Amino acid sequence: MAEIAVSLWRGKADGSYQLYRVPQRDNQTVLDVVTWVQRNADPTLAYRFACRVGMCGSCAMTVNGRPRWTCRTHTSKVVRHGKLEIGPLANLPIIKDLACDLRPFFEKWQAAKGVFAPRLTRVDAIEEIVPTTAARQAADAAIECINCAVCYAACDTVRWNPDYLGPAALNRAWTLVNDERDTGQQQRLQAVAAAGGCHICHSHQSCQQHCPNALNPTASIAGLKRHTMAAYLKGELE
Amino acid sequence: MRDLWEWQRRGPRASGHRRDALWLAALVHRLSGLALAAFLPLHFLALALALKGEAAFDGFLRWTANPLVKIAEMGLIFCLSVHVLGGIRILLVESLPWFQGQKQLMAGALLTASLLALLFLVRAA
Amino acid sequence: MNVRLYLLQRGSAAVLLPLVLLHLGVIFYASRRGLSAADILARTRGSLFWGTFYAAFVIAAATHAAIGVRVIAAEWTGLRGLALEVGMWSFGLLLAALGLIAVAAVVLA
Repeated sequence: MAEIAVSLWRGKADGSYQLYRVPQRDNQTVLDVVTWVQRNADPTLAYRFACRVGMCGSCAMTVNGRPRWTCRTHTSKVVRHGKLEIGPLANLPIIKDLACDLRPFFEKWQAAKGVFAPRLTRVDAIEEIVPTTAARQAADAAIECINCAVCYAACDTVRWNPDYLGPAALNRAWTLVNDERDTGQQQRLQAVAAAGGCHICHSHQSCQQHCPNALNPTASIAGLKRHTMAAYLKGELE
Repeated sequence: MRDLWEWQRRGPRASGHRRDALWLAALVHRLSGLALAAFLPLHFLALALALKGEAAFDGFLRWTANPLVKIAEMGLIFCLSVHVLGGIRILLVESLPWFQGQKQLMAGALLTASLLALLFLVRAA
Repeated sequence: MNVRLYLLQRGSAAVLLPLVLLHLGVIFYASRRGLSAADILARTRGSLFWGTFYAAFVIAAATHAAIGVRVIAAEWTGLRGLALEVGMWSFGLLLAALGLIAVAAVVLA
């Protein structure tokens, strides 16, 4: 039976790759490979997954240098000359082996004020969302983010700027900038216009290239740049 | 001082995205800008020679007829052209609604910049 | 990088766009039969147009280059805080000063 020579990252930031020989199967994902190692070769391997069907984003790892969902990556698409290299997501602290600490990612999510600030209360009539307005379509185009951090891991601007909020946080802020029911626009624009905000983005578009949900944070961030520029010129931003 | 490149630091390899077309376009944009920024003070100092009189300025200009200088000038023409054309793409991406075809745009920018640089060298020869 | 610096960077880029394209044209025209001081200075000496054109070019380029180099320094060398600000202003003012002297040299000489 054919085997794959799999290099898995073991340890923390100062760890190293270790080699495992994993049987190759016709229908096999990278998550299957990692699971095989943990069950048959080394039970001390740490890794994350949940739904294993491409809905939760928990299994995101670096495969041959690129961040991907391992449950949706078929080995036949990524194995080269019988070899595969798997590591934890980049740009985040490594807890152990293939599991990274997502806290900085979620802290930045909060810092970008990607939180809905309602105007109405439960006793008011429900406000209708019109799906065909330009703003709602812009929000809908970006709303399917499941916080998997693949875009964050793919982004060199995140790597080069520790303060940068990152594509996912800014993308979510953009959906709320376009939400006509929201009342937190002032604080949100302030948050994304501060140091660490949307203006750091260099439009590399690595986020858009790698997003498993085909979202386009670069476009969302461009929208934020336009909105913050207009607000600043009108004197609404400090 | 922070590390710059993957090979400088230990840790999992994660630079696969550095082969994507638009990432490379951004790198070309940055490096060409850096080259131009380094060149500008020299350019200004050369022009300021005119303050010492036409002869001094002319002497410098005759030095630039050297083939090696012409090749360097060709490189500068390339840097300036590719930087301004790439910059147009950035300005468009950031001020207009999203549009497709950016890779083609960048390919066109690279081609135009190369042609301009070559044209310069050919005429100078 | 924040909204202020961003506006200055993109704004100076927009100003530079037509200036650079015209400058490229001038380069090709001026180098059609070898550069000479007489040719260049005949064009620029006493010219209000070229004086204004190049002065604007210098200010926009100094702004654009200083902010650009600032971002590169912050991202690729980790420079930050006061050192970063001082570096940016020093480079920008140096370019502006050298540039305006150069403009004076070819317009007023």
